[in-house]
Amino acid sequence: MRARNYFVGAAFALLAGGMAHSAMAQDIKIGEINSYSLLPAFTEPYRKGWQLAVEEINAAGGINGKKLVVVSKDDGGKPADAQTAANELVSSEGVAMLTGTFLSNIGLAVSDFANQKKVFFLAAEPLTDAVTWSKGNKYTFRLRPSNYMQAAMLVEAAAKLPAKRWATIAPNYEYGQSAVAVFKKLMSEKRPDIQWVDEQWPPQGKIDAGPVVQAVAAANPEAILNVTFGADLVKLVREGNTRGLFKGREVVSFLTGEPEYLDPLKEETPEGWIVTGYPWYSIKTPEHDAFLKAYQAKYSDYPRLGSIVGYQTIKAAAAILAKAGATDPEKLIAAAEGLSMPSPFGEITFRKIDHQSTLGAYVGKTALKDGKGVMVDSVYKKGADYLPSDAEVEKLRPKD
Amino acid sequence: MAFYVVQFLTGLASAASLFLVASGLSIIFGVTRIVNFAHGAFYMIGAYIAFTLTERLSGAVGFWGAIVLAALAVALIGVLVEMVLLRRIYHAPELFQLLATFGLTLMVEDLVVLIWGPDDLVGRRAPGFRGAIDFFGQNIPSYDLFLIVLSPVVLGILWLLFQRTRWGVLVRAATQDRDMVAALGVNQKWLFTSVFAVGVFLAALGGALQIPRDAVHHAMDLRIIVEVFVVVVIGGLGSIVGAFVAAVLVSELNAFGILIFPKISIILVFLVMAVVLIVRPWGLFGKPEAAARKTPGLTVNPWRPLTSNERLAALAALVVAATLPLFAGNYALTVGSEIAIFVIFAVSLHFLMSVGGLASFGHAAYFGLGAYGIAFLAKMAGLPMIVCLLLGPLLGCMGAAVFGFFAVQLSGVYFAMLTLAFAQIVWSIAFQWVSVTGGDNGILGVWPEKWAASPSNFYWLALGVAALVTIALRAMVFSPFGYALRATRDSLLRSEAVGINAKRIQWTAFVIAGTTAGIGGALFAYLKGSVFPDNLGISLSVDALVMVLLGGVETVSGAVIGAIVYKALNIWLVSQTDLSKLVLGGFIVLIVVVFPKGIVGMLEMLAQRRRKASPPGSPLIAKPIESAE
Repeated sequence: MRARNYFVGAAFALLAGGMAHSAMAQDIKIGEINSYSLLPAFTEPYRKGWQLAVEEINAAGGINGKKLVVVSKDDGGKPADAQTAANELVSSEGVAMLTGTFLSNIGLAVSDFANQKKVFFLAAEPLTDAVTWSKGNKYTFRLRPSNYMQAAMLVEAAAKLPAKRWATIAPNYEYGQSAVAVFKKLMSEKRPDIQWVDEQWPPQGKIDAGPVVQAVAAANPEAILNVTFGADLVKLVREGNTRGLFKGREVVSFLTGEPEYLDPLKEETPEGWIVTGYPWYSIKTPEHDAFLKAYQAKYSDYPRLGSIVGYQTIKAAAAILAKAGATDPEKLIAAAEGLSMPSPFGEITFRKIDHQSTLGAYVGKTALKDGKGVMVDSVYKKGADYLPSDAEVEKLRPKD
Repeated sequence: MAFYVVQFLTGLASAASLFLVASGLSIIFGVTRIVNFAHGAFYMIGAYIAFTLTERLSGAVGFWGAIVLAALAVALIGVLVEMVLLRRIYHAPELFQLLATFGLTLMVEDLVVLIWGPDDLVGRRAPGFRGAIDFFGQNIPSYDLFLIVLSPVVLGILWLLFQRTRWGVLVRAATQDRDMVAALGVNQKWLFTSVFAVGVFLAALGGALQIPRDAVHHAMDLRIIVEVFVVVVIGGLGSIVGAFVAAVLVSELNAFGILIFPKISIILVFLVMAVVLIVRPWGLFGKPEAAARKTPGLTVNPWRPLTSNERLAALAALVVAATLPLFAGNYALTVGSEIAIFVIFAVSLHFLMSVGGLASFGHAAYFGLGAYGIAFLAKMAGLPMIVCLLLGPLLGCMGAAVFGFFAVQLSGVYFAMLTLAFAQIVWSIAFQWVSVTGGDNGILGVWPEKWAASPSNFYWLALGVAALVTIALRAMVFSPFGYALRATRDSLLRSEAVGINAKRIQWTAFVIAGTTAGIGGALFAYLKGSVFPDNLGISLSVDALVMVLLGGVETVSGAVIGAIVYKALNIWLVSQTDLSKLVLGGFIVLIVVVFPKGIVGMLEMLAQRRRKASPPGSPLIAKPIESAE
């Protein structure tokens, strides 16, 4: 039979395992996984961010005197491949912890892997509430403000609008669905007088913007909630501008203020949208100034939100490792729970109750300046203020 | 009322870009029989080059000139690709060109990021078509009106080209019977090259015209390619008018569908295609494919079972593979398990493709159904692992029984596209039915029980199952059922004349292949501990096709080698380099040129030559190659 071919496979596998042999024994290794090939617009600045953090940490003497090494892998946007990478990092690289991931389903896949193999996992970007709540586990922590937190921040501003008839446009997958669901729930609690008159669910990455814009306009809403981003957002904004969808209507939009998504719009940037994002040009705090200076000096480019996420992920990982003084996962968990640390956005804390960090986000309005989209009137919203009560969180999270 | 008119016009505008790209694909397929997977890549390059040119050239002339220039430049690239790459492999087994164009697509996706950077690019608006026209209170973008006018114009030009020029007559003749055209002394080489250039030009034009309404980014190709295939098939392969009607049909159904079911876009085109193919097996405007003259390639080298020496060698190799856990680490073992699982998946498709002559583009559906079967049984019913492994693949079996019944009524590319439609329908159910399947967040925590949890035990389990499956399918090839199946593949009419119930035989083969794929999926669920809609997705189906083609579609079980090489290389490259798609794509293109019969197919040919040259005895090189059979 063909069995000898398994031998070839085995040889390949060995080669794969052998190629990546460990560095010096006294180094501390962190494994990092992200969708580099699928989402370069986000992950390139993200990579620059964490590389800067590694450099700073090692220049300051490493972690308790040991050099920090980050081993980075691409998951190609597939949960199954992310697990292969996680396995390689844990089994053959011997990393102390896993970090990274962008897409929610990949974040969940790696979190489940971490739970099964008893490895510490610091999720960087995935926004789904499930990571820390309904599918949370003791090995998984998350840095970025979740879907719920961002929705709560937007609802605070949206509820003040006079608009009563609302329509929603969101990509048809978990992120879009849960963003809309949370926003609707929180909004209807604050404003029982609101009517939801239309919802559009274009497939992620494949929006047929003309008909969608037309359909929303036909429902004649007073305000629109948008959750699309990336290329879909560009198409939506262009069609919406030409067809006058946004004229005289309030728009509340997730993530649109992030430079990754706002900058490509250039002179087509719609004005006055209420958005979450990262106005790096108008943040005037010493922590952020220091970060901005270091980043621009190293890359002669401005940071995107991905840069902040990458930078802070590795900074947080290093802080946890330093406090634990060991790489044993139980000790890492004990060290991480309740740990506070500085970040470019100010001090953040990893909550003991659900392992969510209190990193917040900026909420502001979009505006057009010199043919470029910017965020104005931005205010930093602390993550801690937009989380449900401890009693509610207890109910959401499965018992370990 | 005005609203419905505007919605209709909006649908027509969406149809325009779809039609441009689809017509190019249709022409290329009609003449060269190439399933051009790279068509989306040409569309994307068209958009990128047009973006660069429109940023440089100013004014209205500059803009429109840039659009046309970009399309011409890409057509030139197309000519190069055709002459350097495709010309070498027209005589390779059917679908092998798909592999070459797939490799190209992979390369292009990395190349555009290298050249144009990772950010989404937003191009200029078209001069003169910036605003909108008021229609009873509704706004219609003037650019949409331009597109609405453009597509019938293009249709008209193409029609004139095909009906009124000598070149058009030759193209139509070649679409009908290319061997006859060649026999009549037409220079086929240049005919094919020119047709390819026209097709690519249309794709690139479609991409370039998206600049004023879309963002240019590195995933544009995948966004359009599948939909374009669907449009071409609904319209009928090789029919330009069909492509036009199908593009309009799909776009209008979408424009009005979202008013009633806002979530319908995700699945609409596939539903339409499935219905059309079941009712009209050759698409709306297609004609039944003329019985192709079989290339003699398949009969020159008749398949034979392994000799007893080869069996011993294979057994020895299996034993060697089984000793891997004695010296390899956990990671190598997990990769080994994954490869073994993909061997199961690839041989199951190979059985359908090579033995049955039925190339499925949606084989991942049954793999994924097996995986979901496990997830349901283990998570919801809480059954023990052994029971799950025995029952899980039944879901794949049931899916294959239902879909296979419809699919085997068709043949060739229509069969392939119907399987793709079914796979997408299953995928969208898994994706949308959040309360049962968890949607795209999947089902987590499907880990193996203690006895199989250690990497070495799981590896032995996967290896054992893979060996059993390969042996069983091979035995089936040389059983009476296998002979009957091969008869239906080689000549449907003759096999029916000798009393073989061809459809039933093919259906049975489909169910066997689906169930086997389900076994692979079941193991995969336990290996990864979770199940996602990805496991049913197009990219996994394409992976399986690539593995089979890489191994050699005309061999008895080349898929085993194909799966090992492709999967191992893929895992290794992704781990080692950020440009894994570029390298993997380049490797595939190279393989296609060097081994036009697939890796195993080529080795067999070499072995045969060697055997003829040297006296029969123990040719050292031939032996391991044959045991590889």
